[in-house]
Formats: sequence, structure tokens, C-alpha cells
Amino acid sequence: MTATRADRIGLLVLPGLAYLGLIYALPLFLLLLKSFRDATGAFSVAEFVQIFGDPLQRSIMARTLRVAFLVTLLALVIAWPTAIVMRRAKGGWLSLFLVAMILPMSLGVVVKAFAWSILFRTNGFINQAMMALGLTDAPVRLLFTETALVIGAANVFLPFMVLPIYAVLQQQDPNLPDAAATLGAGPYQRFFKVILPLALPGVVAGCAFVFSMAVSMYVIPSLIIGERQQTVAMQIARSFLFLRNEQLGSSLSTILLLIAVSVVLGSSWLAARLGARQ
Amino acid sequence: MTGTDRFFRALCWVVALGVVVFMLLPLAITVLVSFSSSQVYTLPPPEWSFRWYQALTRRAGLMDALLLSLNLALISTAVSLMLGTAAAIGVARGQVRGRAALATFAVSPLMMPGLVLGVAMLQFFREIGLRDAYWSLLLAHVVITLPFVMRTLLAAMGSFDFALVDAARTLGMSYPRAVLRVLIPNLAPAYLTGGLFAFLASMDNYPISIFLTDAFNRTLPIRMLQYMEESPDPSIAAISTGLILLAVIALAVAARTVGLNRLIQG
Repeated sequence: MTATRADRIGLLVLPGLAYLGLIYALPLFLLLLKSFRDATGAFSVAEFVQIFGDPLQRSIMARTLRVAFLVTLLALVIAWPTAIVMRRAKGGWLSLFLVAMILPMSLGVVVKAFAWSILFRTNGFINQAMMALGLTDAPVRLLFTETALVIGAANVFLPFMVLPIYAVLQQQDPNLPDAAATLGAGPYQRFFKVILPLALPGVVAGCAFVFSMAVSMYVIPSLIIGERQQTVAMQIARSFLFLRNEQLGSSLSTILLLIAVSVVLGSSWLAARLGARQ
Repeated sequence: MTGTDRFFRALCWVVALGVVVFMLLPLAITVLVSFSSSQVYTLPPPEWSFRWYQALTRRAGLMDALLLSLNLALISTAVSLMLGTAAAIGVARGQVRGRAALATFAVSPLMMPGLVLGVAMLQFFREIGLRDAYWSLLLAHVVITLPFVMRTLLAAMGSFDFALVDAARTLGMSYPRAVLRVLIPNLAPAYLTGGLFAFLASMDNYPISIFLTDAFNRTLPIRMLQYMEESPDPSIAAISTGLILLAVIALAVAARTVGLNRLIQG
């Protein structure tokens, strides 16, 4: 009796599962199929051969990967100390840090990318601040540079790096570093042998999330860097919305999809291994 | 505590406070320029004014875009909450094989490149002959909102004591009624958190929606980006300020009822 009831309740997963299968998984699968077919419908990798043989496409891909890597690196470098401070912070301070993460996270990327496009203007806030501080005499061109793109994107994706690291740090026994110190470990030893290894699953999750979002971002580069320096995502949008070259768009989408999926799968495998070792 | 420790701790605080400024500065600047009388985003503004808020009334299609976005966000979140509740109960209570895989699958749209999903859906809807932009957007927005709902509901029901539902059934409630009167009120924080983030994700989505719109169905983010390309004046900052205000109110309500720390654990 109980077994049959549990079976029946298990059926409740079906509507949601069927919905995602039909509207989400099936379209992605068909996209994959389409990108491996030529105009006549026969199996072909010609489109991929052409993309990887084209120096322009190769340089666009290299820029996309380079920017995604730099965004992840910048986010990690500033997220780590922030998460460390957040773990020890209490009361009003902790609320301030949490609001600084959650409020921007609940705003659309269009709003944030627009804000950065104002900040980076030649007569914008950042140039004014730099001139006031004496860092530069004349306004520097920031908008339409890769540096601006990396900074803007790191800002948008930062919460997705800070929060997973903060979550794993919270689970650690706060007395652990002190215990290690009592046993004679110096500050560097404590960091590399105690704090960092325990936090690695969070670091891996954060990096994977930020990298896969940065590699496929579209709104931020189109507002901060413009059409002149394309990324793969901008190429995809262009090939569907303006060029009507759907074969190219499908193949580029497949490449982006494979990058994102392998980053996610690779990172969860790595996180599971790191977790198992402890 | 050694000197090195103190140095690193001070350094961490400097970086962390810098991060707070880094995260909140763009929003603060947006609010400031929206009240400026100047066309060119100079700071501090030469004079304060509401002219960009008045200019909003002349923005063609803004109201339609806002209403469409609210409509999509509300309906898709509601549908996701229903599908998500059923699926999460099924995973928590039913004999379902491959629970972990199922949970990963349900949350996986979050990690897919939005643009690629948009392209895939565009081609799929065309293939099956669905030409209506509103329905295409609605079907897609359920895929956008469902992972947020699933993530919080799966976690919440994993630790929920279903004996409460069984007790309600013993007292004569039907299963759906027990879910409605006992389960959902008990998991209200999870419903609020999941629902809030799902709603915001739908309101803000650009990369999927852009492939599914037509001339009559433009969501708010799509309209905003269009304004930025056509005439990038501070009235866009005025729209942004409205959205920031909305997010602040939503977070204040959520922080009062659930607490900020709970909000990020979804």
C-alpha cells in the first residue's frame, strides 16, 4: 500500500519534467543536431572547420575566452578577501555586505551595463575621480576598451563568486585557523594548508559559474565595448538578428554550449573530488 | 595574533569595503544622474530636476513594455511555483530513481548560455509552427523562472517534516488541501525567496527574450536597450531608478520576513 502511494506521489515530478524536456532540452538537442548538418541535411562538420579556419573567427573566440578568464580572475581576487571579512562580520556590517551583493544581483543586467557605460564616459565619474586624485592629467578613453569590459563584467558577476565562497567558509569551524596556530602553523601555512583547501569547493563553483556566464555574456559587451570588438555571443546575435546566417549562428551556439557544459560538468566533477578528499 | 595576521586582516577589510563601493556605486550614480537637469551625465549635476521623469511619458511603448514584462513575470512565476511544488513533493516523497540527476536537470537552465537557449527556442518554436510572440515568450519565461523555484523548493522540502501533511490527511484533509493549508504555509520563506528571484529573473531577462519578440511584444529590458541605442539620454537612468526602487522594496520586504542570510541560501 505504502509503496504504491509513494510511486503515485513520484508521478508528481512528471509535469515539470515533461515541460523542461519539451521546451528546454529538446530545442537544445535539435540545435546541436542542426549545427552538425549541412544545407542538404547530411551529417557534416564543414561549418566548424570553416569557423576554426577563419582567422577573424579565431581572434573573436580568443578574445571571448581571454575576457572570460580575466573576468573570473578579477572576480576571484576581490571576492576572496570579501568572503573572509563577511564570515567574521556581524550585525550591521554583515547586512551591509549582504545588501551590496544581493541588491545588484536582483537588478537586470541592462540597468548595470547602462550604469557602467555612464561611469566609463570620457567626462564620466571615473575620469573625474582619477583627475581629482592626480592619477591622470587628461581624460582617458575607457569606454570601448577591453579593460572597461572586464571591470564591468566582474562587477555584474561578482556576487556569484562571493556567495559560494562565503557559504563554504561559513561551514568551516571558525576556530580552525587558531587551532592550527596553536600547533605551530605560521600565517602562510595556515592559509595554504587549512583555510584554502577547505574552501576550494566554493572557489571552484564560483569560478565555474562566473566563467560560463562571462563567456556567453551579450548585453554587457554590446553596451561597453560596442560592435567593433566582437565576442562569440555578439556574433550569434548578429548572425540571427541581422545577417540571417543561421547556419553560422547555430554552429557558434553549439561551440558556446559545449564550452559552458564542459565547464559546469568539469567543475562539479572537481568539486566532488575535492569534497571526497576531505 | 602576529603582525602578518594583522596586515592581512586589514588588507581584507580594505578590499571588502572597496567591493561594497564597487557594487553600490553604479546604482548610486544612476539614481543621481536621473535627477540631473543636464543632458550629458555631468556630476555633480548643474541643477536638480525631474525633467527625465517627465520625459518618460513621451517614450513610445514604455508602458506597454512594462506591462508585458510584469505580465510575463507574474504568470511564469505562478506556473513555475505550481510545477515546482508538484515536482519537489515528488522528489522528496515519491520513489523516484535518479533524484540527484533530476535535481541537477531542473536547475541546469541557470547555467546555460541564455543566448544559446534563445536561439534554440526560436528555431524550435518556428519548427512546430508557433508564431505568436506572446506565447513564445511565456513558454520561455517558465524555463527561466522554474530553476529558481526548483532550487529553493527542493532544498526546503528536503528538510520538511512530511508527518505534518500525513497528520492533516488523517484529520480528513485531501492531499491537495493538505499541501495548500499545511505544506505551503510552513515553507512560506522558501516560496517567498524562490518566487522573488524567479520574478526578478523574468523581469530582467534579455538574451532569451530578444529572439522571441516581435514589433508588438517588446519586454522592458529590450525596450531599454533599444532606447540606449536610439537616444541615450538620462530618461533611461530614470527607468533604472524605478527598477532600483522596486528591487530595494522587494529586498526590504524579504529581509524583514525571511532575513538577508536566508535569502542567499536558496
